Amino acid sequence: MNASLMSLEISVLALGMLVLLADLIMPPERRKFLGYAAIAALTTLLIASFSGYGSCSLAGTAFNGMFVNDALSLFFKRFFIIAAILVLFIAIEFAERLAVGISEYYSLVIFALAGMLFAASANNFAMLFVAIELITITFYVLVSFQRNRLASLEAGVKYLILGALSSSFMIYGIALIWGTTGKLNFNELAAVAPQYTGEKIFLLGILLVVVGLGFKIAAFPFQIWAPDVYQGAPTPTTAFLAVGSKAAGFVLLLRVLFVALPVVAAHWVNLLIVISAITILYGNLCAIPQRNIKRLMGYSSIAHAGYLLLGVAAIAGNVHDATAGGAAILYYLAGYLFTVMASFTVIALVVKTSQTEDISVLAGLHQRSPLLAATLTIAMVSLAGIPPLAGFFGKFLLLKSVIALGVVNQGYYCLVFTALAGVVISLYYYFGVVRAIYFSKDAADLSPIAISGSARLCIWLSLAGIFWLGIFPDTILNLASEAAKVLSS
Amino acid sequence: MSILTYISGWPLLAALLLIFVPSNFRVIIRLVALVATFISMALAICMFWHFKAGQTGFQFEQQIPWVTSLGISYHVGVDGINVGLILMGAIVGFAAACCSWEIERREKEFYILLLLMTGGILGAFASLDLFFFYFLHELALVPTFIMIGVWGRGERKNYATFQITLYLSIGALLALVGLIALYLQCGANTFDLPAIIKYVHDDNHPLAVKAQHFIFPLLLFGFGILVSLWPFHSWAPLGYGVAPAPTAMLHAGVLKKFGLYGLIRIALPLLPEAAQCYVQVIAWLAIGNIIYVGFVAMRQRDLNLLIGNSSVAHMGFIFLGIASLNLIGITGAVLIMVAHGFLAALTFALSGYIYKHAGTLEISELGGLCRKLPFIGTALLMAAMAGCGLPGFANFVGEATVFFGAWSRPALQTATVFAVWGALVIGAVYMTRAIRNVLHGPLPQKFNQLADANNVWRKLPYALLLASLFLFGCFPKLLTDKIQPDVKPIVSMATQARASVMPVALNTTSAISN
Repeated sequence: MNASLMSLEISVLALGMLVLLADLIMPPERRKFLGYAAIAALTTLLIASFSGYGSCSLAGTAFNGMFVNDALSLFFKRFFIIAAILVLFIAIEFAERLAVGISEYYSLVIFALAGMLFAASANNFAMLFVAIELITITFYVLVSFQRNRLASLEAGVKYLILGALSSSFMIYGIALIWGTTGKLNFNELAAVAPQYTGEKIFLLGILLVVVGLGFKIAAFPFQIWAPDVYQGAPTPTTAFLAVGSKAAGFVLLLRVLFVALPVVAAHWVNLLIVISAITILYGNLCAIPQRNIKRLMGYSSIAHAGYLLLGVAAIAGNVHDATAGGAAILYYLAGYLFTVMASFTVIALVVKTSQTEDISVLAGLHQRSPLLAATLTIAMVSLAGIPPLAGFFGKFLLLKSVIALGVVNQGYYCLVFTALAGVVISLYYYFGVVRAIYFSKDAADLSPIAISGSARLCIWLSLAGIFWLGIFPDTILNLASEAAKVLSS
Repeated sequence: MSILTYISGWPLLAALLLIFVPSNFRVIIRLVALVATFISMALAICMFWHFKAGQTGFQFEQQIPWVTSLGISYHVGVDGINVGLILMGAIVGFAAACCSWEIERREKEFYILLLLMTGGILGAFASLDLFFFYFLHELALVPTFIMIGVWGRGERKNYATFQITLYLSIGALLALVGLIALYLQCGANTFDLPAIIKYVHDDNHPLAVKAQHFIFPLLLFGFGILVSLWPFHSWAPLGYGVAPAPTAMLHAGVLKKFGLYGLIRIALPLLPEAAQCYVQVIAWLAIGNIIYVGFVAMRQRDLNLLIGNSSVAHMGFIFLGIASLNLIGITGAVLIMVAHGFLAALTFALSGYIYKHAGTLEISELGGLCRKLPFIGTALLMAAMAGCGLPGFANFVGEATVFFGAWSRPALQTATVFAVWGALVIGAVYMTRAIRNVLHGPLPQKFNQLADANNVWRKLPYALLLASLFLFGCFPKLLTDKIQPDVKPIVSMATQARASVMPVALNTTSAISN
C-alpha cells in the first residue's frame, strides 16, 4: 500500500474539514474570508501539481490497484482543482444570497472536489461507486442549498430521486459484473473480459453501469433531470454541476469502457454513435424555445455531452489507439470549463439585481457593464464553436477524430453530419443570447452592475483560459494526448 | 515577417485596438479603420508590384509552427493565383471602410466587425495551411451574419439573416468536413498545402479514387454553397439586398471568392480523378447560375436584388472556367474572380449611396437620377456595362477567356453556347433596362434635392474601384502573366491520368461490367 500517492486527496479532505472547523471560531461577517483562504490553499495544491512536488507527479497504484495515478488522472485532477477554484470565486460573489451557512457551502464544494479527485483515480468498481456517491451526495445538498427558495428545493428533490435511481442502477450493474467475473479491478477485468463477452448477465451489468454514468453526464435518454436541476440550483452549484460532475462522469466512463472493457466497448460502437447523435440533437433542439437562461444552459450542456460522446464513439471504433479521440475529449472539456465558468459568473451577477432569470434581463447589458456583456458574448461564441476561441478547436478535434473512422464504419459519417446539424442549430440560440445583450430595445433597468473583486478575477481567469486554449492549443493538446495514451489498449 | 502577415495583420490589430476606444470617439474610430485598411491596401499594391511573374513556387513565404502534433502551421505565401485576389481584397476593404460613413448607429461595433472581415479574408487568401485557410475565413464569415442582422435594412432583415446564416454555416461546415477528410485520407499528416501536394504528386501517394469521390462533392457543394452555386444560391440576392453596403461589398466582392479559390487551389490538384468526373455536373450547374438566375434577375423590381442576382449569375462563368480544366479556362476563372470582386463592390457601393439618399431602391420609384447625380449615375452606368461584359473592363477579358477555354473542351461546347447567350443577351437585357429606368427618364419630384458625391473623399472609393476595373481591363497582361505560370501545374495535376491509379479504375469498371 502506498498512501503517499493520495496525499492530494487527503489534503483536500483536510481542507474541507478545516473550513468547517474554522466556521466555529470565525465571526459571521468575516466568513467570506474563508472562501479566499480555501482558494489560496487549492491554488497551492494546483501549483504543487505542476511543480513536481506532491502526489500528482508520482505514478503508480495504491490499495491493491484500486487507486491509480497516471497521466489521465493527473490531467483531470488539475482540471477539477481549477474548476473548484473558479466555483469558489462565484460562491464568494453569491455569498449573500446563500445567507446562512456559507462556510458549509465552501466545505461542501471542497468535499465534492475530493470526490472528483477520487473519481479521476478510480481503477476499481468499488472505488468508482464511492467516488460517485461522494460527488452525488454533496451535490444533493449543494443543489437545495437555498432553503427559502422553492425552486432550489424542488431541484434538490428531483436530483435526489433521479440520482438515487441512477446509483441503484449502477450498484446493481456492478453486482452483476462481480457476480459473473469475480473481479472489480479494471485491469484484472480487462484480462478476463474476453471470455465473458457472450454472457448476457455480464453485458447487462456493464449496460447498467453505463446507464448510471449516463445520468452523470446527462446523455440521452438519461438527461431529463438536467434542465430542471440547472434552473433551480444556486448558480455556483449549477456551474460546478455542468463542469465538474460532467467531467467526473466522463473520466469514469472512459476508464470503464476503455481500460476495463475495451472488448465490449468495441462491440458497442453503433450504440455509442446513436446515443451521441440523439443527445446532440435533443440538447440543441430543446434549447431553441427556452427563455430561462439557466435552463438554456442546461439544454446546451446536454448538447455538449453529445459532442463529447463523439470522442467516446471515436475511441470505441479503434480501441488500440485512443490518442486522437481521447485528446479531443480532454481538450474539449478544458475549453468547456472556462466557457461555462465565464457564463455562469455573468449570469450570477446579472440575475442578482433582478429577480427573474428570463433572457430579457440581459437587455442593455452592454450599457450596464461592458465587461459582463463582452464576457458572455465571448462565452456564447466559444460554445457555438467559432474561431479563434477554445470551442472551435475542440470541435475541430472531435470532428477530426470521428471522420478518421468514417472509412471503417459508415455510421461515423452519419454521426458527423448530425453533429454539424447540431452546430448549425446551436448558432440560433447562442446568438439569441448575444442579440438579447446588444440589440433588444426594451431594457427595463439600465443601472450599472457592481462587480465584486472575486467575480472580476473569475471572469478574467476564464477569459484568459478561453483565449489561451483557442490561440495556443499546443501545450494543452500535448498534455491531453499524453493523458489519452493511458486509454489505448 | 512576410509582407502578407502585415497585410492581414493591420486590420486585425486595428480591430483589437478599437475595442479599447470609447464608443463616442466617432472620428477616431473611423480614422483608425481607414488608416488600417489604407496601410493594408498600400502594402498589397507594393506586394503586387514586387511579385515576380513567371517564377515557380510561392513568394513572400513565412511559416511558423502552431500545433506541431497535428502538423498545423501558420504558413502564408503568394503565387499567381492569389496575388490578384489579395490585391483586390485589400482595395475593396479600403473602399468598404470609406463607404461606411453611411453607418450612423453603433459605429464602433460596426468598424470592429468590418476590420475583422477584411483581415480575416485577406489572411485566408494568403494562407497555405488548410486549417488556417478555413479558420480565417470563418473569422471573416461570422461578422457578416451579425452585420446583416443588426445594421440590415428593410422588413425582411430577420428572415434574410436567418437564411444566410443557415446556408453559409452549412456550406462552411461541409467544406470543413471535406478538408478534414482530405487531411486524414492523404496520410501526409500535415495541414500544409504545399507539403500535401508534394506528398501526393512528387512522392506519388495519390488519394484512393473512392476517397476522392467522397471528398470532392463535400468540397464542391460546401464551397459551392459559399459561392452561391445554383441551386444553393437563394441566400445571396436577399442577403445582399438587406445587408448594409460595406458588408455587401466585402462579402459579394471578396469573401465569396474564397470557395472558388479553394476549389482551384485544393480540390483540383489533390482530387483529379473525381474532378474529371464532376466536370459535367459543375458545367451544368454553372449554366443554372447563368441562365436561371439571369432570368430571375430580369424580373426584379428592386435594384439591390437585381444586382445581387446578377452577381450570382456571374459566378456561373467562374464555375464554367473551372469546369473547363484547361489553362485558358482556369486563367479566365481567376481573372473573373478579381474583376468581379471590383465590380460587385462598386455596384453595391453605388446602390448603397442611392438608398441612403433616395431612401428607396424600387426601380419603379426611381428615374432620371443621372441629372441629379452625375458622378454616381455615370459610375453606375459604367458598372452596368462592365457587368454586361463590355470590352475595356476587366470582366470582358475574363469572360472571353473562359468561353475560349470551355469551348476547347468538346464535352462543354453545348454548355458554352448557353453561357455565351446568357452573358450577352440576358445580362444585357436586365442591365440596360435597369439603367434606363433608374438613370434616365423623368425625375420624380421628391428627388429634386438629391446631392451627388461632391468632394474627393466621397468620390474616392468609387473612383478607386472603377480605376481598378479599367486598369485590368486595358492591361490584362498585368494579371495573366502572373496567373498563367501557376495555373499550369494545377492543370497538369488535375488532368494527368496516373499509371498507379489507372489499373484500379479499370478493375472496378470491369468488375461492374462482369
